[in-house]
Amino acid sequence: MMGFWIFLITDCILFGSVFATFAVLHGNSAGGPLLSDMIELNGVIAETFILLTSSFTSGLAVLSMNRGDRKGLIGWLAVTAILGAAFITLEVTEFVKLVDEGVTIATSASWSSFYTLVGMHGLHVSLGLVWMAAIMLQIAKRGITPVTRRKVGIVSLYWHFLDVVWIFVFTIVYLMEVM
Amino acid sequence: MAHQHDEHESHGSLKSYVIGFLLSLVLTAIPLIVVLNDLMEGTSAKVLLLGSAVLQFVVQLFYFMHLKEEKKPRYNLAVLLLGIAIVLTIVAGSIWIMTYNKVA
Repeated sequence: MMGFWIFLITDCILFGSVFATFAVLHGNSAGGPLLSDMIELNGVIAETFILLTSSFTSGLAVLSMNRGDRKGLIGWLAVTAILGAAFITLEVTEFVKLVDEGVTIATSASWSSFYTLVGMHGLHVSLGLVWMAAIMLQIAKRGITPVTRRKVGIVSLYWHFLDVVWIFVFTIVYLMEVM
Repeated sequence: MAHQHDEHESHGSLKSYVIGFLLSLVLTAIPLIVVLNDLMEGTSAKVLLLGSAVLQFVVQLFYFMHLKEEKKPRYNLAVLLLGIAIVLTIVAGSIWIMTYNKVA
């Protein structure tokens, strides 16, 4: 647990560096479209509440595990993964729409920093989905053992962390640009 | 299963998760309402938005990630504080340097 916590903090520093890049470059649109011209909040607001709810349900999974309830544990992990998949679907839809409208990662420094920051968070969530699916299979096969307990604890900590990072992405990249 | 507790295991209760979830919902809704209705602008709006985000970070650390329940010595807290110091240095330093590096 301690080792994973240290990983999370280093991941925080990685995100911090990309946030710093975004903070410096977000206005450098090279005469092209500004972030605020193209961003649509509706999908992003839905993403925010979906990810927040999934953070809560991953907590409920841990509570089921602490009660020794294997079905509840797998069920809540499945709910969490489905919400995570919905989040990714909305994000990919947003990216596809933006690229269709002509803004890509190569458009300008401001769009490069946008896609890098938001995309890096999306990749973390996607990785978490694969990881969660693997843990669900393990629990289905081996039940709640000290080893699977530790794994569930770690993946739920990772999931809470991704929600925290998203709060800052939502605030700094979306709300403060649109404002 | 065995009832022995792992030292670093989380002991969250349903109550703490529900409180954390509700507080997070409120702290997400406040900046959203302010931005969608143009209630504030300029520096005060930025302070409110960032303040809500930081508060939500603290709420989730306590209610979801159980930072408060950590036993002494509080290594996790120490690593977190070091991480925050590094992140703030990188972000604030980058903004500071690049503000004076712009070609007018």
